Amino acid sequence: MPPTAPENGVRPLAGGRLDARGLTVSYGGGAILDGLDVGIPAGSFTVIVGPNACGKSTLLRSLSRLLPARSGSVLLDGADLRDLRTKELARKVGLLPQSSTAPEAITVVDLVSRGRHPHQGVFRQWSDTDEQAVREALEATRLTPLSEAVVDQLSGGQRQRVWIAMVLAQQTPVMLLDEPTTFLDIAHQIEVLDLCATLNDEGRTLVAVLHDLNQAARYATHLIAMKDGVIAAEGPPRDVVTEELVSEVFGVRARVVDDPETGTPLIVPLARGAVAARP
Amino acid sequence: MTATRLWPRGVVLLRSRRGRLSLRIGLRSFSVGLAFLAAALLVSTYSLTIGESDLPLGDVADALLGRADDGVARIVLEWRLPRVLLAVVGGAALALSGAVFQTITRNPLGSPDVIGFNMGAYTGALVSMLVIGGGYLATVAGALVGGTLTGLVVYLLALRQGLQGYRLIIVGIGVSALLASLNAYLKITVSLEESLSASVWGAGSLATAAWTDVVPVLAVVAVLAPVLMFVNRDSGLLALGDDAAHGRGVDVERLRLVLLAVGVVLTAAVTAVAGPIAFIALVAPQLAVRLTRTPAIPLLPTAFLGASLLALGDLVARTVIAPAQLPVGVVTATIGGGYLVWLLVAQARKA
Repeated sequence: MPPTAPENGVRPLAGGRLDARGLTVSYGGGAILDGLDVGIPAGSFTVIVGPNACGKSTLLRSLSRLLPARSGSVLLDGADLRDLRTKELARKVGLLPQSSTAPEAITVVDLVSRGRHPHQGVFRQWSDTDEQAVREALEATRLTPLSEAVVDQLSGGQRQRVWIAMVLAQQTPVMLLDEPTTFLDIAHQIEVLDLCATLNDEGRTLVAVLHDLNQAARYATHLIAMKDGVIAAEGPPRDVVTEELVSEVFGVRARVVDDPETGTPLIVPLARGAVAARP
Repeated sequence: MTATRLWPRGVVLLRSRRGRLSLRIGLRSFSVGLAFLAAALLVSTYSLTIGESDLPLGDVADALLGRADDGVARIVLEWRLPRVLLAVVGGAALALSGAVFQTITRNPLGSPDVIGFNMGAYTGALVSMLVIGGGYLATVAGALVGGTLTGLVVYLLALRQGLQGYRLIIVGIGVSALLASLNAYLKITVSLEESLSASVWGAGSLATAAWTDVVPVLAVVAVLAPVLMFVNRDSGLLALGDDAAHGRGVDVERLRLVLLAVGVVLTAAVTAVAGPIAFIALVAPQLAVRLTRTPAIPLLPTAFLGASLLALGDLVARTVIAPAQLPVGVVTATIGGGYLVWLLVAQARKA
């Protein structure tokens, strides 16, 4: 493909439907996911929620082939992920893992540029498209003024934006984000989620694992609730988030009301005794 | 649209006209590399001129160009040049090996001497003396087998859900300690003469270097250094963490196996002919990182730094108590030991 002109440097972000078929993943001894079937609609902002150790991170990692499927498969727009080389896969699915470490002296622009790696080669280290993609990723995450700063010296929220910018520069139709808001204060959480929503509006398929059920209900276009390695419910938040589901999946008795701001479901735990005493 | 490139500072972009070929070159890494290449050449040239009979530079140049008389030619080409070349190439090999191990373990302590390779090579050499009897080839073969086997055992013991750097180092230190006591036992088992020659080999020395020692090391470096250059961009991503590297399209497990094999063979080649030379592998990569201020260990500066360190070390070994000679391993261990203490203290402070 010839180098694209700067005006249309961003490739069209078509497709991006992910399907897990009979997905079985084990870690250590036992199976964490056992014959799971689930679909991520193309162009959706899908959020996976569930209590700790329900297998939501495992599902996300399997969707990026980071954990190999013991049986079953993951299909991207109908094609088995296993048939792709790691580099090809990285041009289609971008993953932001839960724990990443920035090398000591690395600058923002350097780290963000690492997102271009799957598009580059030993003798093709920097193209106009690379330049354009990195520039746009910095712009979208409002990091352009900080591009020469050292990542280690940024605040937690800024650092998370740098990592997201890296995945963004990769220009994949699908972005997988494992707990992108963990360890951030509330303002930075909202900032990151707003950014995700914008990226989704532009046509990317986003899949994120989130801890906060209310944030999930507010931002997701498609919600997957998991418990003990199985899908408890999936669909638009309005259909999924019910008082029964919150009680069944999270063990919390709550009222579900309309969010006065967005009209999405809002979970309000009961004043007393919302959590049944556990052994 | 602004015309200024991203990364204006200190990075030069070389591109063919249609953009098919493009290379990024860090100016600082380039100049540091160049400086140490010059240093290695300078030290080597000086080393060629000194010895039992000091030769003027002109004679050395004549000998190198094949214009000197037999006596001078023999001193320079047969006696001194192999030793000087082995120091340069061997230093580069050890430094690259250290770069590889530190990249795999994501830890400045990850180096073949720390994780037990040298001790294993020593054990291999002793065992071969005991079983086959002394002899140069037997020692070399024993060292190769011992070192590689130790590397493999440490790797397998450290493996659990993929390879973790810290486990590799801890397991390596443990295995080293076991092998050290085994070595002590083996040394009192073999004959006095063999024990002595084993100890000399075990100190690490370039004094007996001949062309037959230099050529294999040169060949190994000539083949493996390009391999490292080829996977260098992938290795750089390992520093972001395995998951992040995988997400950028790096086959992490395969890359790590390739790196481990390259790292082991690079050290093995040097250790087999010169004995275990400590600390070049540990020191050179970290020194190069600090001097170039790059996020990842820069390959060429590290190699040239290793070359000049070992060349300088051997020069000291030859001259400091002349006419007697120290094994170069003693010199590098003295410098490196101080560095290791500093590193451990600095790491403990950070943790």
